[in-house]
Amino acid sequence: MRQNATVRIDQARCIGSGQCVLAAPDVFDQSDDDGLGLVLIAEPPAELLPAVRDAVDRCPAQVVTLEE
Amino acid sequence: MTEAAVCPVHHERDHPLHPPTGFAEAVSGGPVKMVWPNGVEAWVVSSYAGVRQVLSDPRFSTRKGGQPEMRTDEGEAVLDPDQPGNINGIDGAEHMRLRRPLSRGFMVKRMNELRPRIQQIVDEHLDAMEAKGAPADLVSSLCLPLPSLVIAELLGVPPEHQELFQATAGDLFGKNGSKDEYLAHATKLAEVLTPIVAEKKAAGTTDDMIGLMANDTDFSMDELIFLCIGLLAAGHETTSNFLGLFTLHLFEKPDQLEVLRRDPGRADVVVEELMRYTVGQLGGPGLTRRATEDVEVDGVLIKAGDWVSVSLMANLDEALCPRAEELDLERDAVSHLGFGFGPHQCLGANLARAELQIGLRTLFERFPNLRPAVPVTEMRYRNDMITYGAAEIPVVW
Repeated sequence: MRQNATVRIDQARCIGSGQCVLAAPDVFDQSDDDGLGLVLIAEPPAELLPAVRDAVDRCPAQVVTLEE
Repeated sequence: MTEAAVCPVHHERDHPLHPPTGFAEAVSGGPVKMVWPNGVEAWVVSSYAGVRQVLSDPRFSTRKGGQPEMRTDEGEAVLDPDQPGNINGIDGAEHMRLRRPLSRGFMVKRMNELRPRIQQIVDEHLDAMEAKGAPADLVSSLCLPLPSLVIAELLGVPPEHQELFQATAGDLFGKNGSKDEYLAHATKLAEVLTPIVAEKKAAGTTDDMIGLMANDTDFSMDELIFLCIGLLAAGHETTSNFLGLFTLHLFEKPDQLEVLRRDPGRADVVVEELMRYTVGQLGGPGLTRRATEDVEVDGVLIKAGDWVSVSLMANLDEALCPRAEELDLERDAVSHLGFGFGPHQCLGANLARAELQIGLRTLFERFPNLRPAVPVTEMRYRNDMITYGAAEIPVVW
Protein backbone atom coordinates (compact mmCIF):
# COMPACT_ATOMS: atom_id res chain seq x y z
CA MET A 1 0.00 0.00 0.00
CA ARG A 2 1.43 3.32 -1.07
CA GLN A 3 0.31 5.29 1.99
CA ASN A 4 2.41 3.01 4.18
CA ALA A 5 5.70 3.56 2.36
CA THR A 6 8.47 4.05 4.94
CA VAL A 7 11.69 6.06 4.52
CA ARG A 8 14.83 5.35 6.52
CA ILE A 9 18.41 6.61 6.65
CA ASP A 10 21.15 4.36 8.00
CA GLN A 11 22.93 7.05 9.97
CA ALA A 12 25.84 4.75 10.82
CA ARG A 13 26.95 4.92 7.16
CA CYS A 14 25.61 8.38 6.21
CA ILE A 15 28.34 10.80 5.04
CA GLY A 16 26.19 13.94 5.25
CA SER A 17 26.38 14.77 1.53
CA GLY A 18 22.90 16.31 1.58
CA GLN A 19 21.87 14.74 -1.76
CA CYS A 20 18.59 13.58 -0.18
CA VAL A 21 17.81 17.18 0.84
CA LEU A 22 18.37 18.34 -2.74
CA ALA A 23 16.20 15.53 -4.14
CA ALA A 24 13.31 15.77 -1.64
CA PRO A 25 13.56 18.86 0.58
CA ASP A 26 10.14 18.22 2.11
CA VAL A 27 11.13 14.77 3.33
CA PHE A 28 14.78 15.19 4.38
CA ASP A 29 16.94 17.64 6.31
CA GLN A 30 20.48 17.64 7.71
CA SER A 31 21.18 17.75 11.43
CA ASP A 32 22.67 21.01 12.68
CA ASP A 33 24.79 18.98 15.10
CA ASP A 34 26.58 16.68 12.70
CA GLY A 35 25.28 17.34 9.17
CA LEU A 36 23.90 13.80 8.86
CA GLY A 37 20.65 13.15 6.99
CA LEU A 38 17.38 13.32 8.90
CA VAL A 39 13.99 11.97 7.86
CA LEU A 40 11.30 14.62 8.40
CA ILE A 41 8.38 12.57 7.09
CA ALA A 42 8.88 8.85 7.74
CA GLU A 43 5.72 7.89 5.84
CA PRO A 44 5.54 10.37 2.96
CA PRO A 45 2.35 10.79 0.95
CA ALA A 46 2.22 9.31 -2.56
CA GLU A 47 2.94 12.62 -4.31
CA LEU A 48 6.34 12.86 -2.58
CA LEU A 49 7.43 9.32 -3.44
CA PRO A 50 9.04 10.10 -6.84
CA ALA A 51 11.35 12.61 -5.13
CA VAL A 52 12.14 10.08 -2.38
CA ARG A 53 13.01 7.45 -5.00
CA ASP A 54 15.32 10.02 -6.56
CA ALA A 55 16.95 10.53 -3.15
CA VAL A 56 17.45 6.76 -2.80
CA ASP A 57 19.13 6.69 -6.22
CA ARG A 58 21.30 9.77 -5.69
CA CYS A 59 22.58 9.01 -2.20
CA PRO A 60 26.35 8.48 -2.71
CA ALA A 61 26.60 6.35 0.43
CA GLN A 62 23.47 4.38 -0.54
CA VAL A 63 21.97 4.67 2.94
CA VAL A 64 18.49 5.99 2.08
CA THR A 65 15.84 3.25 1.75
CA LEU A 66 12.18 3.33 0.83
CA GLU A 67 10.02 0.37 1.72
CA GLU A 68 6.87 0.42 -0.39
CA MET B 1 35.67 -13.64 -21.42
CA THR B 2 38.26 -12.27 -23.85
CA GLU B 3 41.75 -11.11 -22.93
CA ALA B 4 41.73 -7.32 -22.44
CA ALA B 5 43.92 -5.26 -24.76
CA VAL B 6 46.34 -2.85 -23.10
CA CYS B 7 46.06 0.65 -24.62
CA PRO B 8 48.16 3.64 -23.67
CA VAL B 9 46.50 6.48 -21.79
CA HIS B 10 46.70 9.81 -23.58
CA HIS B 11 44.90 13.10 -23.33
CA GLU B 12 45.07 14.43 -26.89
CA ARG B 13 41.73 15.64 -28.15
CA ASP B 14 40.51 16.35 -31.70
CA HIS B 15 38.11 18.85 -30.14
CA PRO B 16 38.96 20.54 -26.84
CA LEU B 17 35.50 19.93 -25.35
CA HIS B 18 35.20 16.27 -26.27
CA PRO B 19 36.88 13.04 -25.06
CA PRO B 20 40.49 12.17 -25.90
CA THR B 21 40.69 10.82 -29.44
CA GLY B 22 39.82 7.14 -29.66
CA PHE B 23 39.10 6.84 -25.94
CA ALA B 24 35.42 5.91 -26.27
CA GLU B 25 36.28 3.16 -28.77
CA ALA B 26 39.12 1.89 -26.57
CA VAL B 27 36.97 1.49 -23.45
CA SER B 28 33.66 0.39 -24.99
CA GLY B 29 32.39 -3.05 -24.12
CA GLY B 30 33.55 -3.27 -20.55
CA PRO B 31 36.59 -2.93 -18.34
CA VAL B 32 39.79 -2.75 -20.40
CA LYS B 33 43.35 -2.54 -19.17
CA MET B 34 45.25 0.64 -20.03
CA VAL B 35 48.83 1.65 -19.29
CA TRP B 36 49.84 5.07 -17.93
CA PRO B 37 52.97 6.90 -19.11
CA ASN B 38 54.70 5.95 -15.82
CA GLY B 39 54.03 2.27 -16.51
CA VAL B 40 51.13 1.78 -14.07
CA GLU B 41 48.49 -0.54 -15.54
CA ALA B 42 44.87 -0.15 -14.49
CA TRP B 43 41.48 -1.43 -15.58
CA VAL B 44 39.31 1.37 -16.93
CA VAL B 45 35.61 1.02 -16.08
CA SER B 46 33.25 3.29 -18.03
CA SER B 47 29.70 1.96 -17.66
CA TYR B 48 27.24 3.79 -15.39
CA ALA B 49 26.60 0.72 -13.21
CA GLY B 50 30.27 -0.28 -13.15
CA VAL B 51 31.47 3.17 -12.05
CA ARG B 52 28.86 3.31 -9.27
CA GLN B 53 29.96 -0.14 -8.14
CA VAL B 54 33.69 0.64 -8.07
CA LEU B 55 33.23 3.95 -6.26
CA SER B 56 30.89 2.56 -3.59
CA ASP B 57 32.06 -1.04 -2.97
CA PRO B 58 34.38 -1.11 0.08
CA ARG B 59 36.43 -3.86 -1.59
CA PHE B 60 37.89 -1.12 -3.80
CA SER B 61 40.31 0.80 -1.60
CA THR B 62 41.29 4.42 -2.11
CA ARG B 63 44.15 4.01 0.36
CA LYS B 64 45.84 1.77 -2.17
CA GLY B 65 44.55 3.77 -5.14
CA GLY B 66 45.29 7.40 -5.92
CA GLN B 67 45.72 8.94 -9.36
CA PRO B 68 48.27 7.03 -11.43
CA GLU B 69 49.56 10.42 -12.62
CA MET B 70 50.25 11.30 -9.02
CA ARG B 71 52.82 8.52 -8.75
CA THR B 72 56.53 8.74 -9.30
CA ASP B 73 58.21 6.57 -11.93
CA GLU B 74 58.92 4.09 -9.13
CA GLY B 75 55.17 3.82 -8.49
CA GLU B 76 55.43 5.65 -5.16
CA ALA B 77 52.41 7.82 -4.33
CA VAL B 78 53.20 11.54 -4.42
CA LEU B 79 50.63 11.98 -1.69
CA ASP B 80 51.55 9.69 1.21
CA PRO B 81 48.47 7.71 2.40
CA ASP B 82 49.87 8.01 5.92
CA GLN B 83 49.96 11.81 5.71
CA PRO B 84 47.62 12.91 8.53
CA GLY B 85 44.49 14.53 7.08
CA ASN B 86 44.82 12.91 3.61
CA ILE B 87 41.07 12.41 3.40
CA ASN B 88 41.12 11.09 -0.18
CA GLY B 89 43.64 8.40 0.69
CA ILE B 90 41.82 6.57 3.49
CA ASP B 91 38.86 4.20 3.72
CA GLY B 92 36.09 3.13 6.08
CA ALA B 93 35.84 4.35 9.67
CA GLU B 94 39.14 6.25 9.42
CA HIS B 95 37.70 8.24 6.50
CA MET B 96 34.33 8.82 8.21
CA ARG B 97 36.06 10.34 11.23
CA LEU B 98 37.45 13.11 9.00
CA ARG B 99 34.63 13.34 6.51
CA ARG B 100 31.68 13.87 8.82
CA PRO B 101 32.75 17.07 10.58
CA LEU B 102 33.64 18.50 7.16
CA SER B 103 30.26 17.51 5.70
CA ARG B 104 28.62 19.60 8.40
CA GLY B 105 30.52 22.64 7.14
CA PHE B 106 29.21 22.04 3.57
CA MET B 107 25.58 21.29 4.51
CA VAL B 108 22.94 22.27 1.93
CA LYS B 109 21.40 24.90 4.21
CA ARG B 110 24.82 26.37 5.05
CA MET B 111 25.59 26.67 1.34
CA ASN B 112 22.20 28.32 0.77
CA GLU B 113 23.07 30.91 3.43
CA LEU B 114 26.20 31.71 1.40
CA ARG B 115 24.24 32.49 -1.78
CA PRO B 116 23.86 36.25 -1.22
CA ARG B 117 27.61 36.58 -0.66
CA ILE B 118 28.36 34.47 -3.76
CA GLN B 119 26.00 36.71 -5.77
CA GLN B 120 27.82 39.78 -4.46
CA ILE B 121 31.23 38.41 -5.50
CA VAL B 122 29.89 37.49 -8.96
CA ASP B 123 28.33 40.97 -9.39
CA GLU B 124 31.53 42.77 -8.34
CA HIS B 125 33.65 40.77 -10.76
CA LEU B 126 31.24 41.24 -13.66
CA ASP B 127 31.09 45.00 -12.87
CA ALA B 128 34.87 45.12 -13.12
CA MET B 129 34.84 43.13 -16.38
CA GLU B 130 32.29 45.49 -17.91
CA ALA B 131 34.19 48.57 -16.75
CA LYS B 132 37.42 47.34 -18.38
CA GLY B 133 35.53 46.67 -21.59
CA ALA B 134 35.53 43.97 -24.26
CA PRO B 135 37.36 41.84 -25.11
CA ALA B 136 37.86 40.31 -21.67
CA ASP B 137 39.22 37.00 -20.41
CA LEU B 138 36.39 35.25 -18.61
CA VAL B 139 38.76 32.89 -16.76
CA SER B 140 40.71 35.62 -14.94
CA SER B 141 37.69 37.96 -14.70
CA LEU B 142 35.30 35.51 -13.03
CA CYS B 143 36.02 31.75 -13.21
CA LEU B 144 39.26 31.73 -11.20
CA PRO B 145 38.61 34.37 -8.53
CA LEU B 146 35.06 33.29 -7.63
CA PRO B 147 35.71 29.83 -6.11
CA SER B 148 39.01 30.90 -4.54
CA LEU B 149 37.46 33.86 -2.76
CA VAL B 150 34.47 31.84 -1.59
CA ILE B 151 36.49 28.92 -0.22
CA ALA B 152 38.95 31.26 1.51
CA GLU B 153 36.07 33.11 3.19
CA LEU B 154 34.29 29.89 4.09
CA LEU B 155 37.46 28.56 5.70
CA GLY B 156 38.16 31.89 7.38
CA VAL B 157 41.51 32.68 5.72
CA PRO B 158 42.30 36.39 6.27
CA PRO B 159 42.14 38.41 3.00
CA GLU B 160 45.85 39.33 3.10
CA HIS B 161 46.79 35.67 2.52
CA GLN B 162 44.27 34.91 -0.19
CA GLU B 163 46.49 35.78 -3.13
CA LEU B 164 49.25 33.48 -1.93
CA PHE B 165 46.77 30.66 -1.49
CA GLN B 166 45.42 31.14 -4.98
CA ALA B 167 48.90 30.99 -6.52
CA THR B 168 50.15 28.02 -4.47
CA ALA B 169 46.94 25.99 -4.69
CA GLY B 170 47.31 26.12 -8.49
CA ASP B 171 50.85 24.72 -8.25
CA LEU B 172 49.66 21.83 -6.07
CA PHE B 173 47.45 20.54 -8.85
CA GLY B 174 50.16 20.27 -11.51
CA LYS B 175 50.52 16.65 -12.62
CA ASN B 176 54.05 16.81 -13.94
CA GLY B 177 55.64 17.92 -10.69
CA SER B 178 57.97 15.75 -8.65
CA LYS B 179 57.23 14.61 -5.12
CA ASP B 180 59.74 17.20 -3.82
CA GLU B 181 58.01 20.03 -5.68
CA TYR B 182 54.66 18.94 -4.34
CA LEU B 183 55.98 18.84 -0.79
CA ALA B 184 57.60 22.26 -1.19
CA HIS B 185 54.25 23.83 -2.19
CA ALA B 186 52.43 22.06 0.64
CA THR B 187 55.07 23.19 3.15
CA LYS B 188 54.70 26.80 2.00
CA LEU B 189 50.94 26.67 2.56
CA ALA B 190 51.40 24.92 5.92
CA GLU B 191 53.70 27.72 7.11
CA VAL B 192 51.01 30.33 6.49
CA LEU B 193 48.15 28.19 7.78
CA THR B 194 49.74 27.08 11.06
CA PRO B 195 49.50 30.46 12.86
CA ILE B 196 45.96 31.03 11.46
CA VAL B 197 44.77 27.68 12.80
CA ALA B 198 46.58 28.19 16.13
CA GLU B 199 44.96 31.60 16.55
CA LYS B 200 41.45 30.25 15.93
CA LYS B 201 42.13 27.38 18.30
CA ALA B 202 43.21 29.79 21.02
CA ALA B 203 40.19 32.03 20.46
CA GLY B 204 37.79 29.07 20.43
CA THR B 205 35.86 30.45 17.43
CA THR B 206 33.53 28.16 15.45
CA ASP B 207 32.07 30.70 13.04
CA ASP B 208 34.11 29.55 10.04
CA MET B 209 35.34 26.22 8.73
CA ILE B 210 38.83 26.40 10.24
CA GLY B 211 37.36 27.40 13.60
CA LEU B 212 34.81 24.60 13.41
CA MET B 213 37.49 22.02 12.62
CA ALA B 214 39.92 23.40 15.20
CA ASN B 215 37.48 23.64 18.09
CA ASP B 216 34.72 21.15 17.49
CA THR B 217 36.51 17.98 16.37
CA ASP B 218 39.23 15.63 17.60
CA PHE B 219 41.50 16.51 14.65
CA SER B 220 45.22 16.86 15.37
CA MET B 221 47.11 19.98 14.31
CA ASP B 222 48.76 18.05 11.44
CA GLU B 223 45.37 16.83 10.25
CA LEU B 224 43.90 20.32 10.47
CA ILE B 225 46.66 21.89 8.40
CA PHE B 226 46.53 19.24 5.71
CA LEU B 227 42.73 19.30 5.51
CA CYS B 228 42.85 23.09 5.06
CA ILE B 229 45.38 22.68 2.24
CA GLY B 230 43.16 20.07 0.61
CA LEU B 231 40.05 22.24 0.83
CA LEU B 232 41.84 25.31 -0.53
CA ALA B 233 43.31 23.34 -3.42
CA ALA B 234 40.04 21.58 -4.25
CA GLY B 235 38.07 24.81 -4.06
CA HIS B 236 40.49 26.52 -6.39
CA GLU B 237 40.75 24.61 -9.65
CA THR B 238 37.71 22.47 -10.12
CA THR B 239 34.77 24.87 -10.02
CA SER B 240 36.62 27.50 -12.04
CA ASN B 241 37.32 24.99 -14.80
CA PHE B 242 33.70 23.91 -14.90
CA LEU B 243 32.30 27.44 -15.00
CA GLY B 244 34.53 28.00 -18.05
CA LEU B 245 33.72 24.68 -19.72
CA PHE B 246 29.96 25.14 -19.17
CA THR B 247 30.15 28.54 -20.87
CA LEU B 248 32.11 27.08 -23.80
CA HIS B 249 29.63 24.24 -24.30
CA LEU B 250 26.81 26.83 -24.35
CA PHE B 251 28.74 28.92 -26.92
CA GLU B 252 28.96 25.79 -29.09
CA LYS B 253 25.23 25.02 -28.69
CA PRO B 254 23.23 28.25 -29.12
CA ASP B 255 19.89 26.39 -28.98
CA GLN B 256 20.78 25.15 -25.49
CA LEU B 257 21.98 28.58 -24.39
CA GLU B 258 18.56 29.81 -25.46
CA VAL B 259 16.94 27.43 -22.93
CA LEU B 260 18.89 29.07 -20.09
CA ARG B 261 18.19 32.58 -21.43
CA ARG B 262 14.48 31.87 -21.68
CA ASP B 263 14.21 30.57 -18.12
CA PRO B 264 17.12 31.61 -15.88
CA GLY B 265 15.09 30.31 -12.91
CA ARG B 266 15.96 26.80 -14.11
CA ALA B 267 19.65 27.40 -13.38
CA ASP B 268 19.69 24.59 -10.78
CA VAL B 269 18.49 21.91 -13.23
CA VAL B 270 20.59 23.41 -16.04
CA VAL B 271 23.75 23.11 -13.93
CA GLU B 272 23.03 19.42 -13.19
CA GLU B 273 22.68 18.65 -16.90
CA LEU B 274 25.77 20.68 -17.80
CA MET B 275 27.70 18.87 -15.07
CA ARG B 276 26.58 15.48 -16.36
CA TYR B 277 27.39 16.30 -19.95
CA THR B 278 30.64 18.23 -19.40
CA VAL B 279 32.16 15.61 -17.11
CA GLY B 280 31.07 12.88 -19.51
CA GLN B 281 32.65 14.74 -22.44
CA LEU B 282 35.95 15.18 -20.57
CA GLY B 283 36.24 11.39 -20.88
CA GLY B 284 39.55 9.80 -20.09
CA PRO B 285 40.36 7.71 -17.03
CA GLY B 286 39.95 9.31 -13.63
CA LEU B 287 39.53 8.41 -9.97
CA THR B 288 41.48 5.29 -9.16
CA ARG B 289 40.98 2.52 -6.61
CA ARG B 290 42.71 -0.79 -5.90
CA ALA B 291 40.88 -4.07 -5.43
CA THR B 292 41.51 -5.64 -2.03
CA GLU B 293 39.69 -8.86 -3.09
CA ASP B 294 38.70 -10.49 -6.39
CA VAL B 295 35.58 -8.63 -7.61
CA GLU B 296 33.56 -8.98 -10.79
CA VAL B 297 32.71 -5.72 -12.55
CA ASP B 298 30.64 -5.69 -15.74
CA GLY B 299 31.36 -9.38 -16.24
CA VAL B 300 35.15 -9.06 -15.90
CA LEU B 301 37.05 -10.52 -12.96
CA ILE B 302 39.19 -7.86 -11.32
CA LYS B 303 41.85 -9.57 -9.20
CA ALA B 304 42.90 -8.52 -5.72
CA GLY B 305 45.73 -5.99 -6.08
CA ASP B 306 44.61 -4.74 -9.52
CA TRP B 307 44.17 -1.03 -10.09
CA VAL B 308 40.83 0.23 -11.35
CA SER B 309 40.30 3.68 -12.80
CA VAL B 310 36.78 4.88 -13.46
CA SER B 311 35.95 6.99 -16.49
CA LEU B 312 33.18 9.49 -15.83
CA MET B 313 32.34 9.11 -19.50
CA ALA B 314 29.78 6.86 -17.76
CA ASN B 315 27.68 10.04 -17.63
CA LEU B 316 27.06 9.45 -21.37
CA ASP B 317 25.81 5.88 -20.79
CA GLU B 318 22.25 5.29 -22.05
CA ALA B 319 21.64 3.34 -18.83
CA LEU B 320 21.61 6.73 -17.06
CA CYS B 321 19.21 8.58 -19.37
CA PRO B 322 17.95 8.47 -22.96
CA ARG B 323 20.04 10.33 -25.58
CA ALA B 324 22.79 10.49 -22.97
CA GLU B 325 25.35 11.75 -25.53
CA GLU B 326 23.32 14.92 -26.05
CA LEU B 327 23.22 18.04 -23.91
CA ASP B 328 19.54 18.66 -23.19
CA LEU B 329 18.92 21.50 -20.77
CA GLU B 330 15.20 20.77 -20.81
CA ARG B 331 15.59 17.37 -19.18
CA ASP B 332 15.04 16.91 -15.44
CA ALA B 333 18.11 16.39 -13.28
CA VAL B 334 19.33 12.79 -13.38
CA SER B 335 21.50 10.87 -10.95
CA HIS B 336 24.78 11.70 -12.72
CA LEU B 337 28.33 10.99 -11.60
CA GLY B 338 29.72 14.49 -12.20
CA PHE B 339 30.67 14.82 -8.54
CA GLY B 340 31.72 11.18 -8.26
CA PHE B 341 29.88 8.61 -6.15
CA GLY B 342 30.38 6.64 -2.95
CA PRO B 343 31.74 7.82 0.39
CA HIS B 344 34.38 10.02 -1.29
CA GLN B 345 31.88 11.93 -3.44
CA CYS B 346 32.93 15.58 -3.82
CA LEU B 347 32.70 17.19 -0.39
CA GLY B 348 32.17 20.63 -1.90
CA ALA B 349 29.46 19.57 -4.38
CA ASN B 350 26.77 21.75 -2.82
CA LEU B 351 29.10 24.75 -2.75
CA ALA B 352 30.09 24.15 -6.37
CA ARG B 353 26.42 23.92 -7.34
CA ALA B 354 25.65 27.28 -5.72
CA GLU B 355 28.64 28.96 -7.39
CA LEU B 356 27.92 27.48 -10.82
CA GLN B 357 24.20 28.28 -10.68
CA ILE B 358 24.72 31.88 -9.62
CA GLY B 359 27.79 32.43 -11.83
CA LEU B 360 26.25 31.06 -15.02
CA ARG B 361 22.84 32.63 -14.57
CA THR B 362 24.22 36.07 -13.76
CA LEU B 363 26.78 35.95 -16.58
CA PHE B 364 24.14 35.50 -19.29
CA GLU B 365 21.56 37.76 -17.65
CA ARG B 366 24.10 40.53 -17.39
CA PHE B 367 25.62 39.99 -20.85
CA PRO B 368 22.84 38.55 -23.06
CA ASN B 369 25.06 38.92 -26.14
CA LEU B 370 28.12 37.32 -24.59
CA ARG B 371 30.06 35.39 -27.22
CA PRO B 372 33.57 34.03 -27.80
CA ALA B 373 36.08 36.50 -29.28
CA VAL B 374 37.91 33.63 -31.01
CA PRO B 375 36.61 30.19 -32.01
CA VAL B 376 36.30 27.79 -29.06
CA THR B 377 38.63 25.34 -30.84
CA GLU B 378 41.36 27.99 -31.04
CA MET B 379 41.42 28.85 -27.33
CA ARG B 380 44.24 27.65 -25.10
CA TYR B 381 43.47 24.68 -22.81
CA ARG B 382 45.38 23.45 -19.78
CA ASN B 383 46.39 19.83 -19.95
CA ASP B 384 49.21 20.05 -17.41
CA MET B 385 46.90 19.83 -14.43
CA ILE B 386 44.97 17.01 -12.78
CA THR B 387 41.84 18.89 -13.77
CA TYR B 388 41.22 20.09 -17.33
CA GLY B 389 39.95 23.44 -18.47
CA ALA B 390 40.42 26.51 -20.66
CA ALA B 391 43.44 28.63 -19.76
CA GLU B 392 41.75 31.71 -21.25
CA ILE B 393 38.28 32.43 -22.60
CA PRO B 394 38.36 35.67 -24.60
CA VAL B 395 34.83 37.08 -24.78
CA VAL B 396 32.98 40.07 -26.23
CA TRP B 397 29.41 41.27 -25.57
